[in-house]
Amino acid sequence: MAEFGTPGELVAAARKTREAGYRKFDSYTPYPIHELDEAMDLHDNRVSLYTLIGGLVGGSGGFGLASWISAKALPLNIGGRPLISIPMFIPVTFECTILIAGLTAAISMLLLNGLPLPYHPVFNVERFGAASKSKFFLCIETDDPKFDPASTVKFLESLNPEELAEVAR
Amino acid sequence: MSQPVELPSGIKVGTVIDEGHSLASVSDKIAGIVLKRKTTFGWIVGLLISFAVLQSLMAAATMLFVKGVGIWGINIPVGWGFAIVNFVWWIGIGHAGTLISAILLLLNQSWRNAINRFAEAMTLFAVMCAGMFPVLHTGRPWLAYWLLPYPNTMDLWPQFRSPLLWDVFAVSTYLTISAVFWFVGLIPDLATLRDTSKKRWQQVLFGALAMGWRSSARHWQRYEKASLLLAGLATPLVVSVHTVVSFDFAVSMVPGWHTTIFPPYFVAGAIYSGFGMVLTLMIPVRKFYGLEDIITLRHLNNMAKVTLATGMIVSYGYTLEAFFGYYSADIYEKFMILNRMTGPYAPFYWCLILCNVITPQFLWSKKIRTNPLILWIISIVVNIGMWLERFVIVVTSLHRDFLPSSWSMYWPTRWDWATYIGTLGLFMTLIFLFVRVLPMITIFELRMLLPGARVKEPVAR
Repeated sequence: MAEFGTPGELVAAARKTREAGYRKFDSYTPYPIHELDEAMDLHDNRVSLYTLIGGLVGGSGGFGLASWISAKALPLNIGGRPLISIPMFIPVTFECTILIAGLTAAISMLLLNGLPLPYHPVFNVERFGAASKSKFFLCIETDDPKFDPASTVKFLESLNPEELAEVAR
Repeated sequence: MSQPVELPSGIKVGTVIDEGHSLASVSDKIAGIVLKRKTTFGWIVGLLISFAVLQSLMAAATMLFVKGVGIWGINIPVGWGFAIVNFVWWIGIGHAGTLISAILLLLNQSWRNAINRFAEAMTLFAVMCAGMFPVLHTGRPWLAYWLLPYPNTMDLWPQFRSPLLWDVFAVSTYLTISAVFWFVGLIPDLATLRDTSKKRWQQVLFGALAMGWRSSARHWQRYEKASLLLAGLATPLVVSVHTVVSFDFAVSMVPGWHTTIFPPYFVAGAIYSGFGMVLTLMIPVRKFYGLEDIITLRHLNNMAKVTLATGMIVSYGYTLEAFFGYYSADIYEKFMILNRMTGPYAPFYWCLILCNVITPQFLWSKKIRTNPLILWIISIVVNIGMWLERFVIVVTSLHRDFLPSSWSMYWPTRWDWATYIGTLGLFMTLIFLFVRVLPMITIFELRMLLPGARVKEPVAR
């Protein structure tokens, strides 16, 4: 794990790491950095997809609920008016769409990120607390096919970090 | 955005965040309020007073359950009194929070970063207070769950063509989505608190809530997507919620209620009163917690501008209501507006015009917009004005409608006041607890505002 003091150094380091062929690595920053998404080639759009599906489910569910109740469960003949009043059911449909879509967005984001996850090896590094505060880290994992204890350490040193640390399991 | 702006009038309106802050100092300052600063005597006094006022709600609700809604001032013809007035007032206040969190995020207005968590918390608490009223004002509040469509043995289902039911869905959705949005925004800051605190019990507590967030770039990418999606969903939600609330009135045939201007007029009014409440809370908080370098005069200036703009829309609404009375050539519409202006509730109406039409005009002046004390007083006037607006709309239209033999007056009883003041106590109690226990400013978004946060890749060697 390498520690950097400025975001610019981290983005450059991440880019070099990816160019060097490493794939199983991650950067840790106290706030989101968009240049990092490009440098690490992160393009996960599944949250958007799941949210869309959630919205469609919510909308059809809300409209279906209102329609089933008004036409099947308790149909009331009020002056011969239609049992399924589409304009009147719009507000409920809309609210249900937003509700399910919003819940899906939040829950799918957490689950796709693998959270909640109480333990992760990076927390074993003493200085890692600063990742949620003011420092930037880059960590290459041993699962990576290109990982080799000696050359990876040399590679990390070549990125000019402030500190270098080994992550215990 | 980070440069100070020198306005032609010579007043220097500051940066979005004052110079001198670094990534570390920003985290320390805000996390420090939660972790290090000792519980001040002022905070304890504030909490105790708020809690005492909350007991008024407890007493009023108990009396209500025992004796029934007769203890309130409602009668025929005014069957809806303080309950609906206060419900709409509280929901309206909540809208500013969502506007700041969601709409300003979509519009890329970075100045929102310092105020959005506090505003969103305010929304959550305001919606909780609002929710008290629909539940309590039903004749048998212990059966309030009948409002929800659940399978039962009584063949009982809600009426989906009724705005009152749309309200149930709208307000529940609003409460849920606001809570979700607020909590998702808290996760990275809870991680900061977990990593900064020295006491074991705090680390465990914040760690559990932070769900193991480790600030990974892969996670941030999905997180940003989810935040944008939630903001995009919350934006139409906030417009729709107050529209549905306005439908409570607009779908009726009562003169003064049955008008198509109500949805936009209510939404603008909600944002107006919401920003009034944000200013009322934020100006003392920034002073007592020493946050003037983060919630700067520029923020106050911008918030005052939004208040002015929405105040103008509300004034337009009042003008149109008067115009409808004249142009419709309908005796009931004409009488409605004449009654408002010259009838027994006329003092309330003119006070309303003073508070909502005349007072915001002071905000044209930059000097006033950037003077915290005067702005605070104006914000209190805005809150009062918007309460009066809901009162005037509900009571003046109901107390004298179509049939003169049904005309009567409405006066709130002490239990009406006790319930309302109790909800103010509930709100303040929640605000005090929030300020002590959670970071009231979104730390990670603040970091993004600092000049040191911009990416400048070192030149390749």
